[in-house]
Amino acid sequence: MELPTQTFRVTRADLVHYAGASGDFNPIHWSDRFATKVGLPGVIAHGMFTMALVGRAVTTWAGSPDAVVDFGVRFTRPVVVPDDDAGTEIVVTAVVREVTEAGLTRLDVTATCHGEKVLSQARATVRRAG
Amino acid sequence: MPLDQSFVGRTYPPTAPYQVGREKIREFATAIGATDPAHHDPEAARALGHPDVVAPPTFPVVITMAASRQLIEDPALGIDYSRVVHGDQRFAYTRPVVAGDELVCVNTVEDITSRGGHEFLTTRTDVSTTAGESVVAVWSKLVVRGEA
Repeated sequence: MELPTQTFRVTRADLVHYAGASGDFNPIHWSDRFATKVGLPGVIAHGMFTMALVGRAVTTWAGSPDAVVDFGVRFTRPVVVPDDDAGTEIVVTAVVREVTEAGLTRLDVTATCHGEKVLSQARATVRRAG
Repeated sequence: MPLDQSFVGRTYPPTAPYQVGREKIREFATAIGATDPAHHDPEAARALGHPDVVAPPTFPVVITMAASRQLIEDPALGIDYSRVVHGDQRFAYTRPVVAGDELVCVNTVEDITSRGGHEFLTTRTDVSTTAGESVVAVWSKLVVRGEA
């Protein structure tokens, strides 16, 4: 079963906000000068910010903010965030892989940016809502 | 300098307790756009059976990233952090983190491998309360890029 697609807009302001809230001040997430110096195309989103957005998608699908019991991803491609008002967009989809007798639902999640996968092996296990 | 393979299996001493604040959970939830009332309103969290506001699923990284400095800054392990990129991340929860938790982290080096000139360091951080209740296990794989 495929779950409803969820999309998240990501701007530079979001990255600055996340840096402050998470304590991850790596300059590749806010300085083009630094990011290009280390060989990146430009400022990229924190992998953990992308994972947090996917976490929002998962809790929304599950129907409860405390439903997640296991959540793992592999970061495969950076999410480049241009310095403009539009930023970029992350599209999150998922299929239900399994519903266990214990009432757990296992999801295979896909996150893309400009049509390319930014995560692989993204899986979440959630408690059934209600 | 390659990572010291003899660190595989090594467990570090518990970190100093981290006090999970209600405002920190609200701040983190706001930064990721998580608007569910259970992240912000203690009454909404209590309605779900929690003692105080509930952290979003990836919140523990705030605590484990700080705790991982124990490894990053260990000269004997030999990580060049300027060449580190994040490979994998996983959380396995016993229960969600809630405001009021006092959490300690125990870092273990699970695996060190080398492939294609890059090195891969897998760590597990067991996060539990100061009373000894398990809350979440957190795995992180760091990739130390080889010098081109």
